[in-house]
Amino acid sequence: MTISADFDQGAFVRALLDPELPPPNELETPGGFRPERRFAVYRNNVCVGLVDALAERFPICLQLVGDEFFRAMAQCYVRERLPRTPMLFEYGDAFATFVSNFKPARELPYLPDVARLEYAVGAAYHAADAAPLPLELIRALPLDRLESATAVLHPSTQVVASAYPIVSIWRRHMSDEKMKPLELDRGEEALVVRPELAISVSPLPSGGSDFVDALRSGGTFGEAVNAATAVAMDFKLTDCLRELLLTGVFVAVSVAH
Amino acid sequence: MGARSAPEHCRERAASSLPARAGVGFKSVHFPDIEASARDVGFFEIHAENYMGAGGTPHAQLMPLRRDSPLSIHGVGLSIGGAEPLDRAHLGRLKTLVERYDPAAFSEHLAWSTQGTRFLNDLLPLPYNATTLAHVVAHVDEIQEALGRPILLENPAAYLRFQSSEYSEIEFLREVVRRTDCRLLLDVTNAYVSAANLGFSADEYIDAFPMSYVEEIHLAGYADDVDEVGAPLLIDAHCAPVPDAVWRLYDRALARRGPVATLIEWDNNIPSWPTLLAQATQAEAFLGRRRRAVEDSLRSEALHDDLG
Repeated sequence: MTISADFDQGAFVRALLDPELPPPNELETPGGFRPERRFAVYRNNVCVGLVDALAERFPICLQLVGDEFFRAMAQCYVRERLPRTPMLFEYGDAFATFVSNFKPARELPYLPDVARLEYAVGAAYHAADAAPLPLELIRALPLDRLESATAVLHPSTQVVASAYPIVSIWRRHMSDEKMKPLELDRGEEALVVRPELAISVSPLPSGGSDFVDALRSGGTFGEAVNAATAVAMDFKLTDCLRELLLTGVFVAVSVAH
Repeated sequence: MGARSAPEHCRERAASSLPARAGVGFKSVHFPDIEASARDVGFFEIHAENYMGAGGTPHAQLMPLRRDSPLSIHGVGLSIGGAEPLDRAHLGRLKTLVERYDPAAFSEHLAWSTQGTRFLNDLLPLPYNATTLAHVVAHVDEIQEALGRPILLENPAAYLRFQSSEYSEIEFLREVVRRTDCRLLLDVTNAYVSAANLGFSADEYIDAFPMSYVEEIHLAGYADDVDEVGAPLLIDAHCAPVPDAVWRLYDRALARRGPVATLIEWDNNIPSWPTLLAQATQAEAFLGRRRRAVEDSLRSEALHDDLG
């Protein structure tokens, strides 16, 4: 048996991704017929499969632009950036950035942030489990010593800040009920968390996303308030804490003695 | 499960402890129906890559499923048929999953899906020759070493063939089994689809398949198309009920193999739970007839021995 050279997988992949290229010439059909239609099965599997994965990952973006537009846009993304791992739930990590540079989508300036929110929702779905702090322990927190306290946040916790009302857009598309038209000229900061199995998407008061980011990177509540007021003068700690406590963001709070 | 130093150690152990019954691919949307029903399926199969996240609903559903039913884990991302080294990080994730759920069987494909750092999300074909055989054997060895168990390798659906192939698919699979002591997953639909697309006899393929190494069978529906010259082009789409021609081929395989774990694969246009269950029931009927045929033949042999 002779040892043949490795077949050229790189050429196979180039032909898969570029429909202008002919199928690799090492392929043959039983009758000696042209292999184009048969090779197109692989092209189609790769492209349609990944476009479907994006459609499943970004259902609200799809609703916002319509099926035809979304699939054309997603196809461009697929050609530009294939998955880096076989775990398709990680696919689409650069989709929001891609959408922000996708000229035909410029008319919907909020689309990239909606994509960012949807990616965060998907990441929360697969995030590690952790038990949120029970309500009675939360009630027992010494509020006077909170300033120097630090917190462990639920592993699924994510924030997405936007110049557009992304939480309202998300909620509107998640429910079938008719709502009054959105005022697009106000921003919202979205909190995404999955304390048990259900994913919660809720709006934080202005500055809330900086507050959460500061806590997550190990800062004290005092430092987190500073981070929030640096961007939002009217930051209200009580409003923000209420939202965070209600949604089960805290897994542990350590109060220094 | 301890690490094994040499593939020889695997020989004492069957690759699969799946029951010789019909199972179905588990879909998250069916979970409430499965919880509510009598779970009258022989086993569930999952795609490994969908359960490589840290937590959440996927694991919350899989834990009770695994507790109450035999589980088969089916990988779609190891790229066994590629020339490149296996993705060690991915193999590590797979090992974690297999250790966590200790499934009755783990299976993968005779195909490739990764090139460089790019995952193509499809089961792509390879030529069958000495070079690719060496890669496949090395990869199967490495996986079996990492998982500490023999794996089942699945025959692919083919649309084209390679000029550089020197073995038939069956010769190639036989060689992989001989050199790695892995076992086989016979996808009857893939055999049917490949035979139609490449113009060989599906019956002859089944008759020549190394059936004594088959520890699981897959059945699925395919999509029907034609190529440029009107020749049949069947596509392994997992999108429909198992067609009659595939049931007939399945029965032919069972006649040689005897009853064996059989999966209904239906991954696209996912049907209602009762529709999926009806497919499994149909497979159970084939398995039951074959089981009775085996019993009858044993009885008549016993009778013959008694009289003799």
